[in-house]
Amino acid sequence: MHEMGIAMEIVDIAKASIPEDMQGAKVRRVNLQVGKLSAIVADSLRFCFDLVVKDTPLEGAELAIEEVPVVARCKDCQAQWTVTEPVFTCTACRSGAIDILSGRELDIKSIEIEDED
Amino acid sequence: MWSFTNRTTKRYHHDHKQHGPHDHHHHDHGHDVESRKSGTREIKVVRRVLDANDIMADRMRTVFAEKKVFVLNMMSSPGSGKTTTLQKTLARIMPDLRCAVIVGDICTTNDADRLAQSGAPVTQINTDAFGGDCHLAAHVVERAVADLDLDAIDLLIVENIGNLVCPAEFDIGEDKRVVVLSITEGEDKPAKYPLMFRECDATLLNKIDLLPYLDFDMELARTTIANVHPGMPVFEISAKTEAGFDEWIGWLVEQVKAKLEA
Repeated sequence: MHEMGIAMEIVDIAKASIPEDMQGAKVRRVNLQVGKLSAIVADSLRFCFDLVVKDTPLEGAELAIEEVPVVARCKDCQAQWTVTEPVFTCTACRSGAIDILSGRELDIKSIEIEDED
Repeated sequence: MWSFTNRTTKRYHHDHKQHGPHDHHHHDHGHDVESRKSGTREIKVVRRVLDANDIMADRMRTVFAEKKVFVLNMMSSPGSGKTTTLQKTLARIMPDLRCAVIVGDICTTNDADRLAQSGAPVTQINTDAFGGDCHLAAHVVERAVADLDLDAIDLLIVENIGNLVCPAEFDIGEDKRVVVLSITEGEDKPAKYPLMFRECDATLLNKIDLLPYLDFDMELARTTIANVHPGMPVFEISAKTEAGFDEWIGWLVEQVKAKLEA
């Protein structure tokens, strides 16, 4: 539900990431990782992104979203598995002591900038 | 119309920009060129989108630690009974614990008016007049905190905006998070909103006075919560009758004292 705010943050971070020597160049693509546990709807985010890039170096850029699965590891038996159901107990030993290794991401990995040289 | 001097209202109109682009420059990640494709250059960024929020939340956490203020973030869907639970909770723990409340809503000061009856300083944050933000972000809470005398507060309770999705994503510098789930919402909500129940440190299962009138399966609810967040404390309470309050208040006071006496 807060995709608009997230889209605005993405634009701010992307703009701040354009190197000095490339100021004025267009950003073609933003590569984003979104964990399956994060409260973000990819389609809404793309929709908001397309609105907020207007009149910025990101206008017309593609927001490429890579979904990251929820991966957990048991602290007791070290078993590692992909969580696909809302059950966070170890699939091997039933322990509830687990670490979430991935699935909470909301990270900008990189931006791709127009470079004609 | 209530007019308590201990209730203030803040309106917050989508000024996400106000915390400024400078906040993004806390770390210098450099700009590594990862690869060149035809006509484009890829620049590594590797930054959390919510970096600005998390940095601000950490800054507040440092202040709360210095001032020995315990911060509780209370979350739930709308109508779960957060405000009533909070009113009854404040009546039990004040004045032994010096409390303050920040309450977030999209519109109205209804909750602040109710909570101000406790005598605690209450700050209402309205995220927008019509259909505003769905959560409280760190910069909004920070501005509300600026008006509080932290030396005179042991426990600051932030009653978040009613929503089981978005508030779970935003760190506001709190020590503990509690989710209120009323039994009229159904046993399956923890499975439907796993992030919220994973991020919280305790669940209050509210409105148990209605158990005789509903088909609510308490065992199923507890199993669902235990699946999503094994080991999380679950308190069965009624904000109306105060059933179960001894256990809930006992847990809360223990958490607060652990920080105050640290």
